[in-house]
Amino acid sequence: MDHSSTTPVDAAVTEAMLPYFSEKFGNPSSLYTIGREARRAMEEARGNVADLIGAKKEEIIFTGSGTESDNLAIKGLAYRNRKNGDHIITSSIEHHAVLYTCKYLETRGFKVTYLPVRKEGFVNPADVEAAITSKTTLISIMHANPEIGTIQPVEDIGKIAKEKNIPFHTDAIPAAGKIPINVDAMGVSLLSLSAHKMYGPKGVGALYIRKGTGLEPLLHGGGHERDIRSGTENVPGIVGFGKAAQLAMERMPEALRITKLRDSLIKGLLEIKDSYLNGSTEKRLPDNVNIRFSYVEGESMILNLDMKGVAASTGSACSSKSLEPSHVLIATGLRHEEAHGSLRFTLGRGNTQDDVDYVISVLPEIVNKLRMMSPLAR
Amino acid sequence: MTDGYSEKVMEHFANPRNVGEIKDADGIGKVGNPVCGDLMWIYIKVKDNRLEDVKFKTFGCGAAIATSSMITEMAKGKTLEEALEITRKDVAEALDGLPPVKMHCSNLAADGLHAAIKDYLERSGKK
Repeated sequence: MDHSSTTPVDAAVTEAMLPYFSEKFGNPSSLYTIGREARRAMEEARGNVADLIGAKKEEIIFTGSGTESDNLAIKGLAYRNRKNGDHIITSSIEHHAVLYTCKYLETRGFKVTYLPVRKEGFVNPADVEAAITSKTTLISIMHANPEIGTIQPVEDIGKIAKEKNIPFHTDAIPAAGKIPINVDAMGVSLLSLSAHKMYGPKGVGALYIRKGTGLEPLLHGGGHERDIRSGTENVPGIVGFGKAAQLAMERMPEALRITKLRDSLIKGLLEIKDSYLNGSTEKRLPDNVNIRFSYVEGESMILNLDMKGVAASTGSACSSKSLEPSHVLIATGLRHEEAHGSLRFTLGRGNTQDDVDYVISVLPEIVNKLRMMSPLAR
Repeated sequence: MTDGYSEKVMEHFANPRNVGEIKDADGIGKVGNPVCGDLMWIYIKVKDNRLEDVKFKTFGCGAAIATSSMITEMAKGKTLEEALEITRKDVAEALDGLPPVKMHCSNLAADGLHAAIKDYLERSGKK
């Protein structure tokens, strides 16, 4: 139950990809038959990815990862528009691919405003508006947060961006395939996607670039992807991404089933004494459950859950390589020890009510066992 | 996270020894890591200069719990002088090692034991 980390590649996706490794292995840039075959498949995939977000095919660029898409959007735009200004607005709960790109740009002379979030984890559009200066060249606010599941008011932010004529980028990686996305309704100029979070393969991402939005490339070379992202295209990966996008659209109604599982899991786990929901009950991703348990630590809960065959994740400092607690939980106002006891479950296509019931049946005992050991518990 | 947790660490984590508090403890050592928030309380019972009983309560990760459990086993029955010689390194070695990132943050058990003995010595006026 850790689908926000990654998802299994759907069997139909693998099947679609397979011919493009050894059989139809052509380079899409080649003019002969197998090259054209590869190009056709790649363009079909581009159409499917565009359809998923209500975009035009020619507005999609394939990249090597979601991280690359975020880097390309932010650095590409900041450098291209430097003559017009040097100020970027983002939020304190972005993915590190956005946050650390912004931090890097600060070392290159750019100024960045990191907007706070309210307690439940939402950016306030009024804060975005108030942060805009004559030097602002980019607003980057994520569509939904993968840790606490909050769906941000991107449409309101998009309206503000449009009024002020400032490009708006959104990292839609955690949202894609789970909730409907429409680039026009959201008013975005740039939108990042990643295949492996939606039952596609790892190693392929995409960036939506609205017509008329100029970007400075990160990778220079043979002029692939409209000269914005050079490098021979990962044809099997792209074909897989296209198939995953098509399946995501077909399976959008599945979100209703997942939402029910989510609510059932939240309800069951909040029965445990001294437990609290992180994030909000409203505007929450269908798959996201994030609960904190007082007096216990996340890694210990995860190890115990693992012994029971359940995969989950935590915002605890103990489980991160940096030994820092989750910046998202801290941004919502939690203290270190509260972030310590947070547990996240993210549900997927393969999960059933039985899985949810199982977690609800094993976790109380785990929490209890750890609380017996904890000097903080009374 | 579990990268590099040895079987022994996992065994102690899954079946921690000597969990709990000693109501009439002769010494209590309370240590913690202010950065990550781990807390470890070690309780000791002393008889004839020997550690008759050692128990712990810990709030922390797998390594924090395993080291707590291990030190109670290592310290029980030892004289105070012997117990004071147990180092963080000894605890880690007894567990067949700890992941490098955990060596500092969660390896508090020796400090906790020493703090408990110091508390005992102070209480009994021997220091």
